[in-house]
Amino acid sequence: MKSSLWLKTYIVVFMVFLYAPAILLPVFAFNNSSIVSFPLKGFTTDWFIVLAETEALHTSAKNSLMIAVVSAVLATFFGTLAARASARYNFKGRKPIMGFIMVPMVLPEIIIGVSLLVVILQLGLDLSLWTIVLGHTLICIPFCVAILNSAFLALDNSLEEASFDLGQTKLNTFWLVTLPLVMPGIVSSLLISFTISLDEFIIAFFLAGTEPTLPVYIWGQLRFPQKLPSLMALGTILLVLSIVLLIIADYFRRRSARKTGANTSGGFI
Amino acid sequence: MTDPIIHLSGINKFYGDFQALYDVTANIQTGEFFSLLGPSGCGKTTLLRTIAGLEEINTGTIIIAGQSMDGVPANKRPTNMVFQSYAIFPHMTVAENVAYGLKARKTPRSEIGYLVAETLKMVGLEGFGDRASHALSGGQRQRVALARALVLKPKVLLLDEPLSALDKKMREQMQSELRHLQRAVGITFILVTHDQEEALTMSDRIAVMFDGRIAQLDSPQELYRRPINRQVADFIGVMNFLDMKIESKLEACYSIEIAGLGKAMVPLDQAPAGISSNTKVGIRPEMLTLLYDDQIAIENEVAASVIDAYYVGDMTYYQVMIDGIKKPVEISMRNTAGRAVLERGAATRVGWGNESILLL
Repeated sequence: MKSSLWLKTYIVVFMVFLYAPAILLPVFAFNNSSIVSFPLKGFTTDWFIVLAETEALHTSAKNSLMIAVVSAVLATFFGTLAARASARYNFKGRKPIMGFIMVPMVLPEIIIGVSLLVVILQLGLDLSLWTIVLGHTLICIPFCVAILNSAFLALDNSLEEASFDLGQTKLNTFWLVTLPLVMPGIVSSLLISFTISLDEFIIAFFLAGTEPTLPVYIWGQLRFPQKLPSLMALGTILLVLSIVLLIIADYFRRRSARKTGANTSGGFI
Repeated sequence: MTDPIIHLSGINKFYGDFQALYDVTANIQTGEFFSLLGPSGCGKTTLLRTIAGLEEINTGTIIIAGQSMDGVPANKRPTNMVFQSYAIFPHMTVAENVAYGLKARKTPRSEIGYLVAETLKMVGLEGFGDRASHALSGGQRQRVALARALVLKPKVLLLDEPLSALDKKMREQMQSELRHLQRAVGITFILVTHDQEEALTMSDRIAVMFDGRIAQLDSPQELYRRPINRQVADFIGVMNFLDMKIESKLEACYSIEIAGLGKAMVPLDQAPAGISSNTKVGIRPEMLTLLYDDQIAIENEVAASVIDAYYVGDMTYYQVMIDGIKKPVEISMRNTAGRAVLERGAATRVGWGNESILLL
């Protein structure tokens, strides 16, 4: 069983490469030493206390959350409109238009960041959290469109026709039939955009005014070696939060899939 | 005769350069079971959807129950549709599906419960109200789709190939149930189907469509016995087409010479499309008889040999070769008591009569 041994080795190496750095985060977050290196010195929760007492961190975390929530909602809203139009109607120039919407997905973020900065300054606007929301919405939309497009394509056209035929208006048809059936797609879209926005650094770095986001704050703190263990503690919190978020999102996705009898494969977990 | 419930006149429908419907004109009577029959792509579903209001027409008028449907959207028309995919809302229970149209109409809540239960009982789904609709079988989904439309008491129920997704046994059962249901509720049904047998068994009248046009609109018997042209004759049931020569046209009939069979006198009205150089003789398989032993043909007979025999229980379908006819001729015989099934290669005689001949 030579091939099986190769396969096992491959899997182990792959998993170590993927997860070892993430495991190091909590290890050093609880290590009683300001130097991040082995051997471990002892157990402490001091670094978390340091986090709790750092005002600037709280502000930047709040900024990041606000930006992530608003960007996710905006990107999903616009993504829904675009995906619905693309999946349902065959209008002139559909393919090029959809192509342009997807471009930010492959464009380097540094290009987007710099060009948005130039445009915003030329327009005479002030840099603020809203300019970051703008940038994040832009880069999230392609992901939302990709997810929602498949959700709308999977929807049987005759369901909407049936609702209309049964006397319901087109608007109510959207609320009563279309939206509930694409809800799993919308939840995924919100979640993906939220995650993308939350850990996005380059655009936030260029477009941030006086108020930094969490990644920008973390980057600023990396200049001070003594801050490193508390950043490890912060990373640990973020790691746990991400896992919890994924589990909650997948629970809702599965629940709604079960309700409509759809195939429950293809989730995150 | 009462006024037609649906009056279609001069309907043309284009998809870009493609014309899907050509000048369709028809009247559908109140309480009638009406079928649109044709091969796929003939425009029958398009016609149904224009009646429902799901497709717009380019020219022509649709009048339903005395009202012009010009500019009336699907949700305001007195028609309801059973979709080919059934289009049952998967996130709702059976009862919620059936109540959907009633809620759209703002029917009082107290009435909804009663109407839903009543209609579910009518389609044989009593007690299924709380079931999740995605867990139903094909036949049950079909019934939910029917109940959901019938509960609104539409003037016309439109059915788009509703039985095509069911297996044979279920399909036959649903055919007779649909027929009974239609008689019980007295609502006009318009059924789209590509299955000629289904159309024949269920309908009061059938419109046979080819390439966006209605080729013939008649009762099942008329369609089968007196198809208007070769295309219709070929689509409805099986028809043998034989070469022939016109010898002379007399006052009340044609005198013809049929290849392989011989001379015949055919009344003028058995040539519905007139006579041309391309006209052939059409004979249904059951209008030809295999003669056994010393049986004597009532009118004419010719010698033949059996090429193949398909025994299906109640019937045997033969292919026989007759001198002077290139293609094998199809003959169907009922397997009555004591009648033997002929073997391949057996020599036999075929009996036929003038009255069973069509000139198409």
